[in-house]
Amino acid sequence: MSTVSYLKSLMLWELLKGLRLTGRHLFKRKITVQYPEEKTPQSPRFRGLHALRRYPNGEERCIGCKLCEAVCPAVAITIECEPREDGTRRTTQYDIDLTKCIFCGFCEESCPVDAIVETRHFEYHGEKPGDLLYTKEMLLAHGDLMEEQIARDREQEAAYR
Amino acid sequence: MFLPDPVTTTVIILIQIGLIVAPIMLSVAYLTYAERKVIGYMQVRIGPNRVGPRGWLQPIADALKLLCKEIIIPTGANRFLFLLAPILALGPALAAWAVIPFGSEMVLANINAGLLYILALTSLGVYGIIIAGWASNSKYAFIGAMRSAAQIVSYEIPMGFALVGVLIAAGSLNLGQIIEAQRGNPLTWFWIPLFPLFIIYFISGLAETNRAPFDVSEGESEIVAGFHVEYAGMAFALFFLAEYANMIMISALTSVMFMGGWLSPLSSMSDLPVVGLFFADGIHWLIFKTAFFLFCFLWIRATFPRFRYDQIMRLGWKVFLPITIAWIVVVAVMVILQIPPWFAAP
Repeated sequence: MSTVSYLKSLMLWELLKGLRLTGRHLFKRKITVQYPEEKTPQSPRFRGLHALRRYPNGEERCIGCKLCEAVCPAVAITIECEPREDGTRRTTQYDIDLTKCIFCGFCEESCPVDAIVETRHFEYHGEKPGDLLYTKEMLLAHGDLMEEQIARDREQEAAYR
Repeated sequence: MFLPDPVTTTVIILIQIGLIVAPIMLSVAYLTYAERKVIGYMQVRIGPNRVGPRGWLQPIADALKLLCKEIIIPTGANRFLFLLAPILALGPALAAWAVIPFGSEMVLANINAGLLYILALTSLGVYGIIIAGWASNSKYAFIGAMRSAAQIVSYEIPMGFALVGVLIAAGSLNLGQIIEAQRGNPLTWFWIPLFPLFIIYFISGLAETNRAPFDVSEGESEIVAGFHVEYAGMAFALFFLAEYANMIMISALTSVMFMGGWLSPLSSMSDLPVVGLFFADGIHWLIFKTAFFLFCFLWIRATFPRFRYDQIMRLGWKVFLPITIAWIVVVAVMVILQIPPWFAAP
């Protein structure tokens, strides 16, 4: 160790520089976002709670192709389906286990009819075991609730898909 | 008074103890709040602000939470020692306050060996930590206790030598007389002639209280929480109280021994009509000085990463020890030569 660096370390030079830095930060403007009152901006690509969409005439979009079930890396989706009276194929069961889901968005990417989507909604919770197993009815209801925003976000992102 | 004399004396002393302990407990509570706020601000956050206006009730909420929690005693732990350890940690931390002078006449026990008493009690606190680590029957707690023991023993020595410097400079072990020896203005306080000892005493104080950057005995990222990993509820709260009470005590001692204690920095202005009371000597100056050193504790914690264990040992034995010994010689020579303004012949 050279004399200069020895003296420097003895005088706590670098430690004082560190203290000066934190001392300056003490007076900086704080960047905390006060969460329930304030929220950070969200991207239209935000991947939150899932929803099943419908066509404008009220018909559910999902045709039971099971691509999402196949692509799901967490095996969180369970689908059963059979033909309806009018001859079209529709799901009889569409469950997403949100405790397994990793919110990767593959189901949304794989869907040929844009039926399963991930919405911007993320403030949900379950209070007892099983509350986070979302069934077809719950997903459809959520889709009806969020349809306006879902449609707007899809339209905005259409050019990049 | 209708009561016999010894009873009256005891009651008065008990009241005095209450008057010292209660504000310390309150300061501990609000020191935790200040710590979270200061560190938050330094990390460009705003810290707790939900409980009560601006978060002022946060420490009360924390204390209530800890009171309501269950004290868990692990299987295989030594029940008696496990419960004794937090008391042993807190006891000395509070007992040491007996000799701290809060004003020229405001001291609980004006004993002549005050400095020795302080030195003895600050080292006793480590027994609480060692016993807690051993009695927990947990490897993390044991590692934390071993580290803490080695660290406190090492830093006890430079700390003791720093106190020897103060002793030589003041010519007394009585804390009140140490303050009187510094009377004058901020330039006659001992922090200038004893500057290296002042810095080393404060840094050793960080190590003695197991505060960052010397918090290897807790070392959250390596050994979970170190010696108090198995403690919950009020038993844990006692360790917490002891740590913060020790911090306040080290800050108060630094003020007393190097910064003139309750002496006012502008005592010449105490003749002014209205503000005179503020500029007069008094307990408020000790509080200001203590608060400043406590802020330094928090500032240092917000700034530095934890020392590696061997670096702590190197710093204590190979840097602090030689410097303190050398400076004791310098101080002794200064006292013999009666260098003004500190050591001028009376």
